[in-house]
Amino acid sequence: MRERIECDAAIVGGGIVGGSAALFLRQAGLSVTLLERDWCGAKASGVNFGGVRRQGRPLEQLPLSQRAHAIWGRLPELLGTDAEYIRSGHLKLARSETDLESLIAYRERSQGFGLGLEIITGEEFRRRWPALGDRALGGSLCPEDGHANPRLVSPAFARAAAALGAVVREQTPVDRVEKDGDRFVLLSGDALEVRARFLLNTAGAWSRRVAEAFGEPVPLESLHPNMAVTEPLPRFLDVNIGVEGGGVYGRQVPRGNVVVGGGRGFALDADRARPQRDAVLTLMRDAAELFPQLRHAHVIRCWTGVEGYTPDRNPVIGPSRTTPGLFHAFGFSGAGFQIGPGVGQTLAELVTTGETPMPLEPFRIDRFPPTA
Amino acid sequence: MSEVLPPVIVGAGPAGIRAAERLVAAGLRPVVVDEAARWGGQIYRQPPDGGFTRPKTALYGFEAGKADAVHRAMAAIRDRIDYRPRTLVWNCEDGALDLLCDGASETLPFSHMILATGATDRVLPFPGWTLPGVFTLGGSQVALKFQGCAVGRRVAFLGTGPLLYLVAYQYLKAGVEVAGVFDTTPFAAQARATTGMLRDPATLAKGLLFVGWLRAHGVPIHNGIRPVRAEGTERVEALVWRDARGQERRTGCDAVAFGLGLRSETQLADLAGCRFRFDEADRAWLPERDGAGRSSVPGVYLAGDGSGISGADAAELAGERAALGLLEDLGRPVDGKRVKELDGRLARIAAFRRSLSAAFPFPADWADAIADDTMICRCEGVTAGAVREIARSGQAREMNRAKALTRAGMGRCQGRMCSATTAELLSRTLGTGPDGVGRLRAQPPIKPLPVSAGAERREVA
Amino acid sequence: MALLQRVAEQGRRVVRFTLDGRPVEALEGDTVMTAMLTNGERLRRTEFADSPRAGFCMMGACQDCWVRTEEGERLRACGTFIADGMRLLSGGEWTS
Ligand SMILES: Cc1cc2nc3c(=O)[nH]c(=O)nc-3n(C[C@H](O)[C@H](O)[C@H](O)COP(=O)(O)OP(=O)(O)OC[C@H]3O[C@@H](n4cnc5c(N)ncnc54)[C@H](O)[C@@H]3O)c2cc1C
Ligand SMILES: Cc1cc2nc3c(=O)[nH]c(=O)nc-3n(C[C@H](O)[C@H](O)[C@H](O)COP(=O)(O)OP(=O)(O)OC[C@H]3O[C@@H](n4cnc5c(N)ncnc54)[C@H](O)[C@@H]3O)c2cc1C
Ligand code: FES
Repeated sequence: MRERIECDAAIVGGGIVGGSAALFLRQAGLSVTLLERDWCGAKASGVNFGGVRRQGRPLEQLPLSQRAHAIWGRLPELLGTDAEYIRSGHLKLARSETDLESLIAYRERSQGFGLGLEIITGEEFRRRWPALGDRALGGSLCPEDGHANPRLVSPAFARAAAALGAVVREQTPVDRVEKDGDRFVLLSGDALEVRARFLLNTAGAWSRRVAEAFGEPVPLESLHPNMAVTEPLPRFLDVNIGVEGGGVYGRQVPRGNVVVGGGRGFALDADRARPQRDAVLTLMRDAAELFPQLRHAHVIRCWTGVEGYTPDRNPVIGPSRTTPGLFHAFGFSGAGFQIGPGVGQTLAELVTTGETPMPLEPFRIDRFPPTA
Repeated sequence: MSEVLPPVIVGAGPAGIRAAERLVAAGLRPVVVDEAARWGGQIYRQPPDGGFTRPKTALYGFEAGKADAVHRAMAAIRDRIDYRPRTLVWNCEDGALDLLCDGASETLPFSHMILATGATDRVLPFPGWTLPGVFTLGGSQVALKFQGCAVGRRVAFLGTGPLLYLVAYQYLKAGVEVAGVFDTTPFAAQARATTGMLRDPATLAKGLLFVGWLRAHGVPIHNGIRPVRAEGTERVEALVWRDARGQERRTGCDAVAFGLGLRSETQLADLAGCRFRFDEADRAWLPERDGAGRSSVPGVYLAGDGSGISGADAAELAGERAALGLLEDLGRPVDGKRVKELDGRLARIAAFRRSLSAAFPFPADWADAIADDTMICRCEGVTAGAVREIARSGQAREMNRAKALTRAGMGRCQGRMCSATTAELLSRTLGTGPDGVGRLRAQPPIKPLPVSAGAERREVA
Repeated sequence: MALLQRVAEQGRRVVRFTLDGRPVEALEGDTVMTAMLTNGERLRRTEFADSPRAGFCMMGACQDCWVRTEEGERLRACGTFIADGMRLLSGGEWTS
């Protein structure tokens, strides 16, 4: 027998975006059904690097990122856990004069968004971060950026939504979705049918299928950022580190493990990915170069995840251009963890009020030239 | 093109050595990789170089003849194989293995590979199990065999399985005081299962001899017990246990040797993409293999205790059998009579194994008795209560979620020491069978990998 | 005092090393684990609880036996052989 659920809003995908959207929709009093194929927060949202970082984002993301920043500040109140979130600061290193210039330029451009960036160089830099030695000329610090434990925070959003009355179904893949009159109809095998006035497509790297079902093809590709973590080490690093121009990034958690990222893993199939040996070894080499404290340390685990990337590396966020009541949010291109809750809140706002103060124009789904 | 790569064997225990011997006999030159400095594997582990003098009869007892035969088999093919001792295989990816030797990483492509990775002790936690002086049974035997050391002056032997009596016996023979054998299996169960063990009278006789010898030397043997705790602050001072009637008792000792049978080292099979199934007898997820040791992945073969606990004799046979399967798949002629013989002997051992695991059943109720504040994950310090809570609250219904949320299995050992416990705790809290909570996915590196290996890459030889 | 007791193979060459700064002796062919535990009661203190550990499996599975040298190197004590002049530490590096 097929179970039927009627609700205001149905959500496909229980990552940090879908989970937070469910939470904010429930707070606004709508009935919500969240369908998750795997476990909520087990995909990209639960396996990412854990960087909660605004610094370095394209300017068009900063309003959403600021909105998310405010939500991150209220985690215990919203989720009942701090999920090991720390506002440690995010320090982006400059290894050359050119890098430093581009950090300064970013600070100029992003003024007015409230990041509070500080450029720190020379003596002052070495005094504040002796552990970084002279491997950088200086850096740009965003004092209120930080990091969190993605394994804890991402499932917590869906759980908080469920506690407020959202229907959250895990191990429940949406295999078919269509619009029937003014209702979206979602089918999971023969077991479940959900009917809803609104549909949120927050299916991460797998969002393309939902978008295509409504005639909105998007050039979304899956890529797999490569991660490694060391055994616990005495604390030497209290800020989340990035490097201008990319490459390796790292943070040390309070328990002492150093998490580093860089390079790409590979896909086993559409749903699973593995770290790639060359990427892992290169990452280890680069990490040891950046942090000599790792010289005698061991990597105890490597992993990656499946993340949707767009050609311009900006996400798709906002209303469907073909189907009223449908909203998309995917394609975060490796940077959706920090911004995720802000996007969830914005989706809830769009559903409940039909509008949002967030500038979503750059994230329109139809911005990509049609592919042949 | 696949023929040009030499076959690779991981593990130079009885399974790996017999596999290599068979491949050499067919004119191939296999690569044999083993983390240990010398060949022999676990049971036939050889002492290090450096002046050890005990003869094999002292080291291996009744098995000295077999040990010697296995060691000689390897010595005889030594210059016809590419032997890589002190080399850890830390990853398997896309038709190649990643090796770590002397701090440098090297990638070794293969078309055909035999995994003969063996087993280590299976354990469940009890309060005090992380105290200095509590060692695994296998570890206690390694100390004796490999280092000429006892783990204490007065040692309590705790757990179940044939190794329990064997190691207690070996300690006694080495002149160490044995404080007692504390067997979790009720006496009646063992007696019943003995009937089945008559299939292998020699092994049964050995077992009875160990027990008889221990009794004759005044060693108390307690059946049907459960551990309560190991006492001590900086090291073990006593084992507190509950006897079969539920009475709490205390035995003074300065070491506890502890194990509940063995668990297979399956990480590489997992990384190689082999399909797993739940095995009732081993109460564990094991890579599937056919009679010849073929896994579900073409070119990947499994032999010995690494893909299901069958003991040393079976490991030798299975190693040879896997090599024959591999040769057959390469289109080489194989001796059909030998194949039949091996299959027959392996089948007989399998039947015997079943009665052995009936004789020493896994004490599944132990998991219920683990107090919430007992540490189950030695690496990350996770408690039983944390795992139960995550299951009870509906946050985790399988192993990998439990790991993500509690860190059980996330530390240096990659769940080798805690995943049996986590599986029991989860499945019993959720009311599923032991097969109902899945298994931990293996992740590279399967053992800690020095960060410095990133800069020390060796090109393929 | 010592956790491990030698019961055989005592005729090997003596190897000298230091344990927490104290000069001590082991025998050639000893693992770092044997060398430390015939001279003391633990290999290390844990990162999270500062409790003593002395290894567990002795066969490279449990990873409970990682120790440090004064030079900052990290060794798996059950799989590394002792060498003359090693300077090994068994204290916690976590408590200051
Ligand atoms: C290794 C890695 C490191 C990263 N590091 C960072 C970082 O440091 N900082 C940062 O800001 N971002 C980072 N990111 C990016 C960030 O993790 C993602 O952008 C973000 O988590 C995306 O969230 P999501 O909810 O859209 O996607 P997901 O978390 O992938 O959630 C989508 C969910 O939809 C489900 N789903 C898909 N199809 C269906 C279907 N048909 N039916 C039901 N459910 C379905 C999936 O199972 C999945 O759970 C990283 C990503 C990865 C992979
Ligand atoms: C301490 C101990 C005592 C035992 N005593 C008995 C006994 O008395 N009787 C009995 O029947 N059985 C005994 N067993 C069971 C025993 O494991 C097997 O019977 C037998 O050793 C199995 O042979 P094998 O070749 O399958 O594996 P093993 O002998 O365990 O050999 C596996 C080899 O693979 C190597 N290896 C594993 N993973 C890797 C890797 N990733 N990289 C490189 N090398 C790797 C290991 O170093 C090891 O040398 C004992 C087991 C243990 C642990
Ligand atoms: S004692 Fe277990 S790995 Fe060394």
